[in-house]
Amino acid sequence: MVQPQQALPEARSDLRNGETPMNFKALNAAVVICGALVCSGAGAKELTIGFSQIGSESGWRAAETTVSKAEAKKRNINFKIADAQQKQENQIRAIRSFIAQGVDAIFLAPVVATGWNAVLREAKEAKIPVVLLDRDIDPSGKDLYLTAVTSDSVHEGKVAGEWLVKAVGSKSCNVVELQGTVGASVAANRKKGFEQGIAGHANLKIVRSQTGDFTRAKGKEVMESFIKADGGGKSICAVYAHNDDMMVGAIQAMKEAGLKPGSDVLTVSIDAVPDIFKAMAAGEANATVELTPDMAGPAFDAIIAYKAKGTTPPKWIQTASKLYTGADNPQAVYESKKDLGY
Amino acid sequence: MNRFMPVLATTVVFGVGFAICSLIYPNFASPRVVMNLLTDNAFLGIVAVGMTFVIISGGIDLSVGSVIGFTTVFLALAIERAGMPPLTAFVVVLLLCALFGALMGAAIQYFELPAFIVTLAGMFLARGASFLLSTESIPITAPFYGELAEHALLLPGGFRLTVPAMIMLAVVALCAVLLHFTRFGANVYALGGSRSAAALMGIEVGRTTVLIYTLSSVLAGISGIVFSLYTSSGYSLSAVGVELDAIGAAVIGGTLLSGGHGFIFGTFIGVLIQGLIQTYISFDGMLSSWWAKIATGLLLFCFIALQQLMLLVARRRRPRASGAGAR
Repeated sequence: MVQPQQALPEARSDLRNGETPMNFKALNAAVVICGALVCSGAGAKELTIGFSQIGSESGWRAAETTVSKAEAKKRNINFKIADAQQKQENQIRAIRSFIAQGVDAIFLAPVVATGWNAVLREAKEAKIPVVLLDRDIDPSGKDLYLTAVTSDSVHEGKVAGEWLVKAVGSKSCNVVELQGTVGASVAANRKKGFEQGIAGHANLKIVRSQTGDFTRAKGKEVMESFIKADGGGKSICAVYAHNDDMMVGAIQAMKEAGLKPGSDVLTVSIDAVPDIFKAMAAGEANATVELTPDMAGPAFDAIIAYKAKGTTPPKWIQTASKLYTGADNPQAVYESKKDLGY
Repeated sequence: MNRFMPVLATTVVFGVGFAICSLIYPNFASPRVVMNLLTDNAFLGIVAVGMTFVIISGGIDLSVGSVIGFTTVFLALAIERAGMPPLTAFVVVLLLCALFGALMGAAIQYFELPAFIVTLAGMFLARGASFLLSTESIPITAPFYGELAEHALLLPGGFRLTVPAMIMLAVVALCAVLLHFTRFGANVYALGGSRSAAALMGIEVGRTTVLIYTLSSVLAGISGIVFSLYTSSGYSLSAVGVELDAIGAAVIGGTLLSGGHGFIFGTFIGVLIQGLIQTYISFDGMLSSWWAKIATGLLLFCFIALQQLMLLVARRRRPRASGAGAR
């Protein structure tokens, strides 16, 4: 059974190219093998999908690569990843090479928003569907890709805000906010979403808001200044951080100032990296909203449906922004996430 | 015959490499892959040709990657924001590049500064200037650009020769003539052999040096134009580190880093070998793309070792031959 399966792709590519004149014996052999395969019911074609990944600049991206490999394996997809080392020229090169290989679909996590139209048009001409992962491209290329799988960062902020509203109840609460990098769209969106989430609840008030640059060190520093400015931090009831890393820093600052994060001060942040689950398991953090590293899973499903039944997916597939709290067995989540490459 | 050995070795390596890849992957030896090799590496090929001139003359030009980045940003702004016709923008940016290269060449010649330092400063300057112009990636939407980017010459056999590939092949051909068949080319080799000897022979060392760096910067500008065609946008972070890839291509192609030896054709093959390695890795799909750098590094080592070996052999032969003549 193994041998015919290996022989099949070669025979097919010969048929497709028509470059090498095949003798009739070989042709007969190929037909016989094909027939045998169809009869035995093993004829379901394995999909080949190429993924042009940006690189491995952050823990989240490394996890995305790991997870997409695992998801491909689950679906029995022949998955090819090209790491572009943060360079657009490498991504374009990879896409064109995928087209040359005749893959069934191309995934692209674009490093910048512009400059994709020419190469995506080439893919379109070759009738290879393209799915964008995690980031969008310039609107001028809207008709050149099949769908984009991204998370909604406004929604993430909103989920965080709504959790806090529920957790606080009717008592009055002063919230301090650790913002992401100034000017980053993610930071602006997560701020906006959180404000939407707590809107209409006058008992919650954002009293201080400063940027912690998405880093652990800056998060700690800013939290220290919040506590100092507040005269020991007794009136702070909750901390909202635009990412988990800043929250881990803030938790450190609170502990050093003699506060009890997780009980005296509620915490909610976004991303769901392993370290926040460690803090949660220790009772020092309350909630996090997941930015899932599994962008490829929904994309695989969309492509499989598209190939099998011709179903056109919606132009935008929004990933779930799942909320994790101390009740979700944080230790187990930590164990499951720690080896993903974060 | 000895002179041609490195180029021959490079060509053989490329041929064998391509044959192996074609045996492993049935889709590899297709017109599309061959044309992709030319198109995808066009910008690298063009700067590498300029770099070959510089290295043969005994210098180095670290600024080319930044000049490419600057060119793309300048073009995007000039065409999109200032409404300049693309062809006018090309001329303006190439003039700017020529001036930039001439200034670097003059600084190297008249202040007697090492090329490494001067062009390093040029690299920072050009990269800084492009960031000053814009930190964002700017799309170029001019219709002329779209046409150029998608225009291709259909050759028999299904080969699609794209505009970037055409420009690179033209640059390679013209510069091969310039280097191998003109007085300027001969002067470049003479400079690389020995500057003082060249001066004593009556070669205008100053003029030649300025011209070499001007040429390198202009080619970097052309490469920038090709790069902006390739991505239809201008971005200040584009082509970071391309200068090193270009040096690598020249050395793999048999150009001696100490100057005096090298061929344009060798550099061209050196560029194709780097492209071949990357294509192989993306066909494989499971290898980390950083293996491309490792393989290039190993190749570089092999070729440098080969060159040193040949120099040694050449040196040993010479005294014996002259000794025999004296007797």
